Amino acid sequence: MRAFTYTRAATPHEAAAAVAAHPGAKFVAGGTNLLDLMKVDVEKPTHLIDINRLGLDRIEPLADGGLRIGALVRNTDLAADSRVIAGWPVLTRALLAGASGQLRNKATTAGNLLQRSRCPYFYDTTKPCNKRDPGTGCAALGGFSRNLAVLGVSDMCISQHPSDMAVAMRVLDATVETVAADGATRSIPIAEFHTLPGATPHIENVLGHGELITAVTLPRPIGGTHVYRKVRDRASYAFAVVSVAMIRGNGIQRFAFGGIGTRPWRVEQAERLSGAEAIAERVLVGARPTTQNRFKLALTRRTLAAVLDQA
Amino acid sequence: MEFLTPAGPNSTDRQTVLGKAHDRIDGPLKVSGLARYAYEYHDVAPRAAYGVVVTAGIGRGSIDSIDAVDAERAPGVLLVMTHLNAPKMFGQNAAAPNDPRLDHATPQLQGPRITQHDQAVALVVAETFEQARAAARSLRIGYKAQSGRFSLPAMQVEGKPHPRVADIDMGDFDTAYASAPVRIDATFTTPNQSQAMMEPHASLAFWDGDRLTVYLAHQVMHWARSGIAGTIGIPEAQVRVVAAYVGGGFGSKLALYSDAILASVASRQLGRPVKITLTRAQIFNHTTHRPPTIQRLRLAAGHDGRLIAVGHETFTGDQPGERGELASNQTRLLYGGANRRIHTRIAELDLPRGGSMRAPGEAAGLLALENAMDELAEKLGMDPVELRIVNDVQYDPEQGPSRPFSERKLVECLRTGADRFGWSHRIATPGQVRDGQWLVGMGMACAIRSNPVQPSGARVTLRPGGTVLVESAMTDIGTGSYTIMAQTAAEMLGLPMAAVEVRLGDSAYPKASGSGGSWGGNSSTAGTYAACVALRDTLARRAGFDGSDVSFDKGLIVSGGRSVALAQLVASGPVTAEDTMTYGDLTRRYAQASFGAHFCEVGVDVHTAEVRVRRLLSVCSIGRVLNPVTARSQCLGGMTMGIGAALMEELVVDPRFGYFVNHDLAEYQVPVHADVPDLDVVFVDGEDTKSSPMKARGVGELGICGVGAAITNAVYNATGVRVRDYPVTMDKLLAGMT
Ligand SMILES: Cc1cc2nc3c(=O)[nH]c(=O)nc-3n(C[C@H](O)[C@H](O)[C@H](O)COP(=O)(O)OP(=O)(O)OC[C@H]3O[C@@H](n4cnc5c(N)ncnc54)[C@H](O)[C@@H]3O)c2cc1C
Ligand code: SF4
Repeated sequence: MRAFTYTRAATPHEAAAAVAAHPGAKFVAGGTNLLDLMKVDVEKPTHLIDINRLGLDRIEPLADGGLRIGALVRNTDLAADSRVIAGWPVLTRALLAGASGQLRNKATTAGNLLQRSRCPYFYDTTKPCNKRDPGTGCAALGGFSRNLAVLGVSDMCISQHPSDMAVAMRVLDATVETVAADGATRSIPIAEFHTLPGATPHIENVLGHGELITAVTLPRPIGGTHVYRKVRDRASYAFAVVSVAMIRGNGIQRFAFGGIGTRPWRVEQAERLSGAEAIAERVLVGARPTTQNRFKLALTRRTLAAVLDQA
Repeated sequence: MEFLTPAGPNSTDRQTVLGKAHDRIDGPLKVSGLARYAYEYHDVAPRAAYGVVVTAGIGRGSIDSIDAVDAERAPGVLLVMTHLNAPKMFGQNAAAPNDPRLDHATPQLQGPRITQHDQAVALVVAETFEQARAAARSLRIGYKAQSGRFSLPAMQVEGKPHPRVADIDMGDFDTAYASAPVRIDATFTTPNQSQAMMEPHASLAFWDGDRLTVYLAHQVMHWARSGIAGTIGIPEAQVRVVAAYVGGGFGSKLALYSDAILASVASRQLGRPVKITLTRAQIFNHTTHRPPTIQRLRLAAGHDGRLIAVGHETFTGDQPGERGELASNQTRLLYGGANRRIHTRIAELDLPRGGSMRAPGEAAGLLALENAMDELAEKLGMDPVELRIVNDVQYDPEQGPSRPFSERKLVECLRTGADRFGWSHRIATPGQVRDGQWLVGMGMACAIRSNPVQPSGARVTLRPGGTVLVESAMTDIGTGSYTIMAQTAAEMLGLPMAAVEVRLGDSAYPKASGSGGSWGGNSSTAGTYAACVALRDTLARRAGFDGSDVSFDKGLIVSGGRSVALAQLVASGPVTAEDTMTYGDLTRRYAQASFGAHFCEVGVDVHTAEVRVRRLLSVCSIGRVLNPVTARSQCLGGMTMGIGAALMEELVVDPRFGYFVNHDLAEYQVPVHADVPDLDVVFVDGEDTKSSPMKARGVGELGICGVGAAITNAVYNATGVRVRDYPVTMDKLLAGMT
């Protein structure tokens, strides 16, 4: 960790302006991802703006029956919210499948969406990594790639998106609300929020420097059976090898996937199909596995079959 | 005191305190944070400066350039030490081959050559930890990387006979194997594994004149002391090491690393205390680990299941001169069979140096042997428990009946376990039992772990007021040494536990066995026993008793109808006795090992091949149980580690860079609570009079021995898929599942 300065902002707009004014600045929310990365010298902000006291920690109903989740709502509180459990249970299930109780107590809604890669080379500053140090190469290609992505990969980066919550947000068609330094606000559909690595794997989303997430909104409940199935190498406290978020019933069928894509993965066209084989085949179009993670293709198919059995 | 002949009746036989369940006496200190670990001493060394070790980013090669200008100028920095300015240190080398004074030496920063990833290349010391860490980041070190021998399978052709392990060839293996009616020929691989103990390696060093004190995390105090003294070239007598509490070791803390050595020399140079801890990420490559193996098992039996030929050939690899993983060892003792080929081959690797990890040898070897026995049982159409029973031997199979086991109750373990577990409900044909999404299977395996003992001493003082102080350089690495040594003193002196205080982990106390190789519990209590015998003699003389019929009970010495209160004997001052238990040739005359049988039920998700252990029972024979609570805890920990070995633990080698890629606890997965069901441990009654006057044997490593094979045998029974490449992860299982 390197020396940095630290301030607290009074309003969201002021926080955005403070980061925008300072090229090395970053927001800090729960800090569970950012501080870890600072300790291993992967993130090197020179200035931190603490956004924990901006009043962005409320969950409010929207007039259209939807829900507005403040950016700073903790993962634990969000998972336990009775409205979420009733209307959007896939979100609760995904949250509770992630990390550990202690981490969820600190982790925030926005921070979770923005958590960075879990590729082991990304963490290791002695090894090449285009995401960490653009242009140095990708150590995972030809290296330890067992748990990395098979979809949305590029020759520059094959890191999977590690979030569970984001997979549920994707299947729920959430919207990300932001405010920029100039006070301008925008609403970004979750489908457009995370970007593919392409030639610029260090860019992971469409936010501008200093653009602050203020909330994530959910459209009104659509009913159906909600499932979040996370497959992992041990029973708890591990990132997904493959995960499936499913909403089914009421004439609806939706799937989103974690662990296999460079961003939360959803293929809407596949949702019109029926049967695990057909759906998986459509979802996995364009997959580029390595020899180590090829098993994720079969595992995706099998996990999908398992969740379809459930509803 | 010498232990030369089997123990007869002695004062430990009373079993009023020994053998009884006692929670660990250090437990309250630990859960309240009052038990201090090496990095947590502040009062003994005020104004300590903080060191951060910088470790190499290549697996093999040399340091090309060092630019320390920014680091030296960084705020708070007191010292930047590299090979360019480090003091001369000493280690085993061509000039001093096999110098026992240098057995534990670990020189640091002695040149530009890099022989393993995360070797120390610099030390930065600053006023605060944060300053040292920041300055360490601004140190620029250039390397010239070289290719290296990083892959065990690629080195197999280079395998040479092990310089320290003789081949065992008995009878005519080839002919016997070839002509036997039922045969198994299977090759298993076990990966590099990390001890992954809780407390990182850490040291706090300070000097008083030419005397050095180091608070550190180590399992054997005299090894730490001689290692530090030897490395920096000062007499051992000038070094004191302290490790009152150690947060786990599993073998990792049998060796010294850069933290202890560099804290010592930096403190001397700066004239103030220096503390250093390794980071979690450094530990996986900088410190030792369990080396990998490739094991070929060839077992042949008659239709009655009796083994005719036993072949176990281990191939392992390690840094030049290091031991590798001796996975064939237990096969020499576990089962009979007249024709035997037990070989070990080793190749040099440039991966990080291997070392001991809980049950070195057996933990990896039994994964293969006990899996192969399961395969043999299936081929024979015989129950796996029965197969073990027909091949039981009551003597060392290589020496014959002239070398019996000191106590071998493996068959009792097997029968007790089978009964208690409901083994008879197992369906031998795989893939028959389904519970919802789960394919359910049962498996079993045997455990054996050799029972070494080590000389161990203690000083016992009866203090005014009638309380007892036990002092010993023994360590307690979370095992319960404090407690069982207190029980021994209480039993020997006829006092309640509350009257005994135990102080450990200081080289200023009498030299002790330390903790390793499952010898700690038996050896350290035997040392306490010896000192107590000496104290009893002194006290008896003071009380005016002569002779042998003296007993100690309820704070009194009693003999011939007369009794004297202990407190009365020390009214004018404390009485102290010190002794060391040493051993003769009973380990040569008797084969000595602890035994066990593990029974496991797993569920394997029919869709995803996720494996979950549902039930696990271990029945253990460890001679006399000193304390059922601490002994059980040792088994539970071993069984948990066995779940890790079976299902998830692997240091993944990246042969391009020559290192273990998954070097943190997020990526090197060990079992979490949800992976560990309710574990059951049973001890069969016993006493081992050939082992020590305590009549106990080692238990610290027994729990991990074989348990992984019981789990993977259960996986096979559940699925019909046999994975011989540990750990058994879902990708490997899926390849065989429909
Ligand atoms: C050991 C471990 C295991 C884990 N396991 C899982 C798991 O199984 N599944 C899972 O999904 N996650 C897991 N996580 C990740 C965890 O969910 C994230 O660390 C957490 O959600 C991040 O939230 P935070 O508030 O702490 O973010 P921070 O660390 O504070 O911030 C993360 C990033 O987001 C930026 N940021 C934060 N808030 C805003 C905002 N409002 N606007 C703009 N930028 C912002 C910060 O600048 C920073 O770059 C694990 C983490 C750890 C340490
Ligand atoms: S996969 Fe991405 S994160 Fe991993 S090394 Fe390659 S570029 Fe870096």
